[in-house]
This record gives sequence, structure tokens and C-alpha cells, in this order.
Amino acid sequence: MYEQFKARAVGVGAEVHRVGTCSDAVEFILSFLKQEGIAETPGSYAVWAKGSFLEAVDRGALAGVPGLGFEVTRERAAQAKVGISDMSFAVADTGSLVQDQAAPDQRLASALTGIHIALVPSGNIVADKTALFTRINPKSSRYIAFITGPSRTADIERVLTIGVHGPERLIILFVDELGGEQR
Amino acid sequence: MKQEFKASINRALNDANLTGALGKFSEAYKVNRTKAYEGIDFEELRGRIAEAKSAAACHLDEVAETFRKNAEALGAKVFRTRDPEEVKQYILKVARENGVKNVVKSKSMATEEIHLNQALLQDGISVAETDLGEWIIQLAGQTPSHMVMPAIHMTKEEVADIFSKEVNERLDTDIPRLVKVARNELRPKFLEADMGISGGNIAVAETGSIVLVTNEGNARLVTTLPRIHVALIGVEKLVEKFETVVPILDALPRSATAQLLTSYVSIITGPTRNDDGSEKELHIILMDNQRTEMAKDPKFKQALQCIRCGSCLNVCPIFRLVGGHVFGKVYTGGIGTILTAWFDELKKSEEIQGLCIQCGNCTQVCPGKLDIPEMIMEIRRRLVLEKGQPLVQKAIFSVVNNRKLFHGMLRAASVAGKPFTSGKFIRHLPLFLSELTDGRSLPAIAEKPFRDLYAGIEQPKGKEKAVFYAGCLIDFAYPETGVALVKLLNKAGIEVIFPEEQTCCGAPALYSGAYEVAAQNAADNITALLEQDAQYVVSACPTCTVALAHDFAKTLEAVGRTEWLDKARQLAEKTVDLATLVKRLVDQGRLSFQEGADLGKITYHDSCHLKRTLKVSEQPRELLQQAGYQVEEMFECDMCCGMGGSYSMKLPEISAPILKRKLKNIKDTGAPLVAMDCPGCVLQISGGFDQDGAPVRVKHTAELLAERLKD
Ligand code: SF4
Ligand code: SF4
Repeated sequence: MYEQFKARAVGVGAEVHRVGTCSDAVEFILSFLKQEGIAETPGSYAVWAKGSFLEAVDRGALAGVPGLGFEVTRERAAQAKVGISDMSFAVADTGSLVQDQAAPDQRLASALTGIHIALVPSGNIVADKTALFTRINPKSSRYIAFITGPSRTADIERVLTIGVHGPERLIILFVDELGGEQR
Repeated sequence: MKQEFKASINRALNDANLTGALGKFSEAYKVNRTKAYEGIDFEELRGRIAEAKSAAACHLDEVAETFRKNAEALGAKVFRTRDPEEVKQYILKVARENGVKNVVKSKSMATEEIHLNQALLQDGISVAETDLGEWIIQLAGQTPSHMVMPAIHMTKEEVADIFSKEVNERLDTDIPRLVKVARNELRPKFLEADMGISGGNIAVAETGSIVLVTNEGNARLVTTLPRIHVALIGVEKLVEKFETVVPILDALPRSATAQLLTSYVSIITGPTRNDDGSEKELHIILMDNQRTEMAKDPKFKQALQCIRCGSCLNVCPIFRLVGGHVFGKVYTGGIGTILTAWFDELKKSEEIQGLCIQCGNCTQVCPGKLDIPEMIMEIRRRLVLEKGQPLVQKAIFSVVNNRKLFHGMLRAASVAGKPFTSGKFIRHLPLFLSELTDGRSLPAIAEKPFRDLYAGIEQPKGKEKAVFYAGCLIDFAYPETGVALVKLLNKAGIEVIFPEEQTCCGAPALYSGAYEVAAQNAADNITALLEQDAQYVVSACPTCTVALAHDFAKTLEAVGRTEWLDKARQLAEKTVDLATLVKRLVDQGRLSFQEGADLGKITYHDSCHLKRTLKVSEQPRELLQQAGYQVEEMFECDMCCGMGGSYSMKLPEISAPILKRKLKNIKDTGAPLVAMDCPGCVLQISGGFDQDGAPVRVKHTAELLAERLKD
């Protein structure tokens, strides 16, 4: 299902990567932040929304990275180039990511930023919406968000254009070590 | 038709940008939509959607109440109202109580329906549309022309002009750059706004959830950044079960924009926290505005199955020519005509209902299984009931209802050797008498109608008999088609009977909403055609076949002449179109064609009623191949030719460009011959080639087949 997911997600303009361990993921992200020139200046921040990934890793390696913050306020997110957040599920047949984003910082990090990096447990790829709907429940999740590729529009002369109000890049990072089944 | 309306049509037709862009879009849409639905059983999918939505529409009040209870239990405030005025008052009240100064909106047709922006602005509240297309038309001071792509009628040059004014800087027409401008301009508005207003694509009663489907990401910001979220939702968006979200999400993006899924889908169930830790105020307004009345009307209840995907516009031959604005200011296209008639008033649809050519394209793609042409016919019927028929039309139809007079006039036209031009109402007779020959010549009335030729045909007497229903066009303009039909059936040992008393099938009256007239035609024909004992009633005109097989019963029922229904059904059961019957005879080995012939290339035009109502498209192609032709498919082979019965008389300016496209598609195949199974299409297309000058022969399939029978 990973291959199907990847093909679909890439088809709608997402970038898909996969690593084994959480520390591989941290390494990936740190080098990405560096490459993007993340710094302590407005417009160049990175924000990282709290979630199961941050709980699972040793945050020592993440301390003191210039420009990277874990308090996701609207001011900070609006001036962030990169937003990092967990996404719980990947849906193979449409290349979509899904998460309960009831916590507003999850949305700020994935909606106001220019680049969204989504961390997904490799074990949580489901076949389709029908399979997904056995795993999500609106009774306990107040804001279920589906994200499929970057923000797009075709409102001017029906020309597909990326990055209107949301991120113009979506980078999906599957992490094997996160396993699956958890939310 | 009023001058003003005709003028708006002409403006649209002369807008090369508009017709060019829409034309290209609709061609690309068809391909992309097909691709998006690959591997999906569309009929099964839309069956599920229609069923779930129809179930909700059956007890709208109950479902809305369940939604209210469930959403309120979670902390949302739900306001239900029938009255659009109350919607505005409610939103203004919430705004005043909370000191709201700035509103950001994501796309919502319901807010357009009630002209919410005006009300907010009048109250001194600033409103920013944030969907790019909506923002463009807000800045331009226009209205949406398409429910999914509101600014589809505008060019990048126009957008660049509008944006340049907004940012006080000369912008060029680079689209990604223009999109960036919108992002940068709207971002501060999102961050400042104290109220976000959204629509809702689905409202789920059992969970109190609302579902928002977008691509740009604006709905996520509208529902996240401002401390108050107001969702305005028409009650037709209600479904009972959460599981129904799946089929709707399967269909909506595929049908709307040919995507497997939009970039963002948000399922919001009760209020969430704001980023400052406070609880968001979530107001959900369930608006009725005539929808309950619609649900109670057996003819229009199906309209509540609409999921507002806009695909009916994308495949409509009329919409792609004239765009949305000709239809009105809020909902456009065929579905817009229906919604306008209800949400506004019936009278408002008086002119625009005439735009539908009844081709049925939309019925093939609608994920809610709406029969738009049928509902538009019902609007026509009600308009005639309410306002009476126009005088001229009444005069014509009184002639059509008197077979002897009607046929006498047709003969007189033939004797005169040219189409009638004297007498005012004669000119407007359906189909063949008109001064409107722009881009198309009209057929001369045959010297001898089929009814006269018939007497001279020697037939083998047999046990098996078929009653032939000719219809006006074959009888009086193309008797040779009738002769070919007799030849084909005789060859298979079937004797053809032609009851003299048969008359017009009533389609012209029916499609004009004159049901009483059509019902009388139906009754006269039923009597004439059932009088003879025969196995089949056969016709070589799909419009007539549809009348006999489907419309007679419906029409008679609609006018309350229920004593005819049994007979109408008897007739319907016996009725068969010629292509289907001939194919059956060939398959049974009762008819065969000369062998070894290579007759070269031919192309085939699918007639609307044959393909989409009678579902016949393979039979004529296979027969032509068996007769020795090599069928070369044309582009958009099943797109309407623009005839539409009297449509080409009422709206020749729309009919002509549709015909032109058809001629081009035929010529592009390089085939010297085009076949079709409808005399109306023969009239339109051969008339078109007569003026176009291209050496393409136009023939009814029956004639081509009769030529190739084995001796
Ligand atoms: S029937 Fe044809 S003309 Fe009428 S609304 Fe549907 S697609 Fe348009
Ligand atoms: S009528 Fe059907 S095709 Fe048209 S917008 Fe509604 S659901 Fe879509």
C-alpha cells in the first residue's frame, strides 16, 4: 500500500520519504531546516506542533536549533517558512493524510506555513476511505482534517497553480519506528 | 422572448474569450472526469448517494432536528429557519453582540443565494471573500457564473487589471504571480478577522458534523483563525448517517474538478478551541428557503439530491456556449434554472428555462441522479398553466391538434413549392416553417408525403405485422426514409401497416409546456396505432419513439386523463425503434446484407433521444459495419447537433454554433458520409452542410441499410 500511496501522493504534488527510526526522522528534518535557511527572523521560522512524534523522541537533539519553535502561536506560524506536525493516517487510494486536528496548533502549523512536513507512522496506511472510517470517529475527534497534496487553485483560467492560502509544498515523512495503530 | 434576454445571449455568444475558454474546458473536463472515475462503478456510487439524500429529503424536518440536537449537545448553536431574511438578521445579531468588524468567508453558494455580503456591508462590517474565484468577482463587482468555478468567465488579463487596482501596482498576467498577490493580500485579513463564515458541503445528523471540501486551504483558515465561526448550510446538505460522507467524498471532487480528492477536507463536529485557549463560538444555520416545499413536490424532490458539483454545467452544450451569466445571478445552468424557479420564483425562470435543449447530457454525469431536463419540462408545464400559452403558440397548436387541417397545410406548403411565409403563426410552426435559415437550409416539403407513397408500395402479405409510426418529418419531409423502412421489414417477411389517422407525436407541444395539446395528440395516436393488430409499432424517429414509449403515459397522467393509461402502456410495450428491430432481425438471420462489400469510411452521429433516453448506440454502428462500412468515430459523437425540435427556431443564435461544431467534427473524420437515426438530426445536419458546402452526404441509417440488402 505504501507504493500505491506514494504514487497517488506524488501525483498530486506531494513529496514522499520514508525513514526507519525516529532519530533518522529528526536528522532528516534538521538537515531540511538547515537547507531551507531556517533562522530566528520573521518569515524564516519553523514551528513544530506537539504530538505523538515529539513525545516519542529525545528532544535533546532539537534544542537550540535557531528559528525552530514548539510554541505554535498564530504570529509565529504566520511568519514560519516550515511547519511540522503529525498526521495519523495515510489513505492509499487518494494519497491523503488524515488527523484529528482539534488542537489549533496542529492546524496553524499545517495551514499558515509555506512548507508542511507531515510525520506519519508507516503502519498507519489504510486502503481507502471506507477502511479509514472504521478508525476515525467524529464523536471523539472534533476537527478531522484530510490533506491531499499542497494547496491549489485553478480559479484563474483553470490553470493549476500551487500554494494559494495553504502550504505550497507538502513533504510526507513515513517513520517505521512509529509503528501504527496509535492515533 | 424579451429583447433584453436575447441581448444577453448575444453578448455572451460574441464574447470569444468566454466561449473559447468554456469550450476548451468542457472538452478537457470530459476526459479528466473519465480518468478520475477509473475503476469506480459510477452507477452504483450515485445510486448510494441518491438513495441516502433522498431518504433525508423524505423527512427533512426530523433530520434537521436530529442534527440540531446533536450539534447543540456538543456546544454548537444551531439556528433553523425557513426565511432568508432571518438568516441575515441572525448573523448581524451575532456580529453586533460580539463587536465584529471584519469577516472572512470561504465559498458558500447559500450566502450568495441570500445576498449576505450586501447585508453585512450595509451594517458597516467589512467582508472579504477568500476563495480566489470569489475574491476576483467580489473585487470586480460581479456574480458567480459557475457554482464551482465562480470566475471561469474571466481572463487572466481581466484578473490582472482588477488586482492591479487593488494593490496599486501594475501587475502582468503571470498566473502564479497573481495567485501570490491574492495570498499576500488576504493573509492579513484572515489574521485580523473576528468572524469566519463558511458554507458546508455535507451536514451529518447523527453526529452533528459539518464537512467542508476545498482546494485552496481557505476554509481551514476561516474555521480556525477568527474566534467565531458561522456555517450557513442549506438543508439539502443534510444526510442521516456519517457513513454517507464516504460516497459523497468519492463523487464530489471527481465530478467537480476531476480530482480523486480535493486538497483539504475538514469534518467539524462541535466547537474546538481557539489558539488563545478560549472556546470557539460555532453557529450553524440550517436554511430552508423553499427546500421543504420542494421536498414535498413529487416532481422536484429529487432536486434535493444535488451535491452542487457543477458537472451538469460542464457537459451542457448550452452552458459551454453562453456561460453562466445568461442564466442569472446566483445558480446557473440547468440546475440553476430549477433552483431559481424555486428559491426565487417560478416567473424568474420564464426565459432561462428555454435555454435547455433537452439533450440529456447532464443526466449521464449527475452524481445525485437528478433528471434536470425532466424538471425543466415540468417548469414549462407549470408556466403554461400559470400564464397560459403565448397566443401565437396557441394558434399553432390548435392546428396541430386538428390532424386534417395540419396535414392539409403541410400539403399546401408542398404545392406552393416553398416553405410557408404567409400568415403569422404558420411561420412559427414547429420544425420546418421559418425564416430562420442562418447557417442551415430547411428541407423542402416532399412533393408526395409518405402517406401517399405508401398506397403504391406492393407488400408481401404475412402473418407478422408492424405498424409504422412515421412522425411529421418522415411523413412530409423525408418519405424516402419511410420507404427504406418498409423495404427492410418486408425483406424480413414483415408487413408494414400505416394507419392514416396517425398525427404529430406531440413533442413540439410537450417541449413547450403545452401538455393539454400533447395529451390530445397522444390520445389520437394511441387510438390510431392500436386499432391494427400488429406485433410491433416501429418508428425511425427517436423523438417519436420516446413519445410513444415514454411520454404518452406521463403526459396523459399529468393532465389527469388517466382512463388512457392502460392503452398508453400497451402501446409503449409494442413500440420499438427501427435500429433495434433491424439489429434483432439480422441477429436472427432474417435479414442479411450483400457480402464482401467495402463501402469505405462512414461516421456516425448519436441522436440525443436515441442514445440517452432509448439507450441505443451500438446497434446502428454494428449494422453499418455489417453492411460493409468502416465506422470512423468523430469527436463528441454523442453531442447534440443543436436541432432540439423547435429549439433551433426559438434560439437559432445558440443552435447555429452548436451545429457548426458538429459539422467540424464530422469533417475532421475525413469520412464522405455521415449516418444518423433521427430525421430531425438529418434536417439540421444536412441543412448545415448545404450552406457549408462541404461534400459530405447525410443519411438516415435506414436508407443506407436498405440499399445493401441481399437480393
Ligand atoms: S438537458 Fe442538455 S441542455 Fe438541458 S441542462 Fe442538461 S445538458 Fe444542458
Ligand atoms: S444537479 Fe447533479 S451534476 Fe448538477 S450540480 Fe447537482 S449533483 Fe452536480
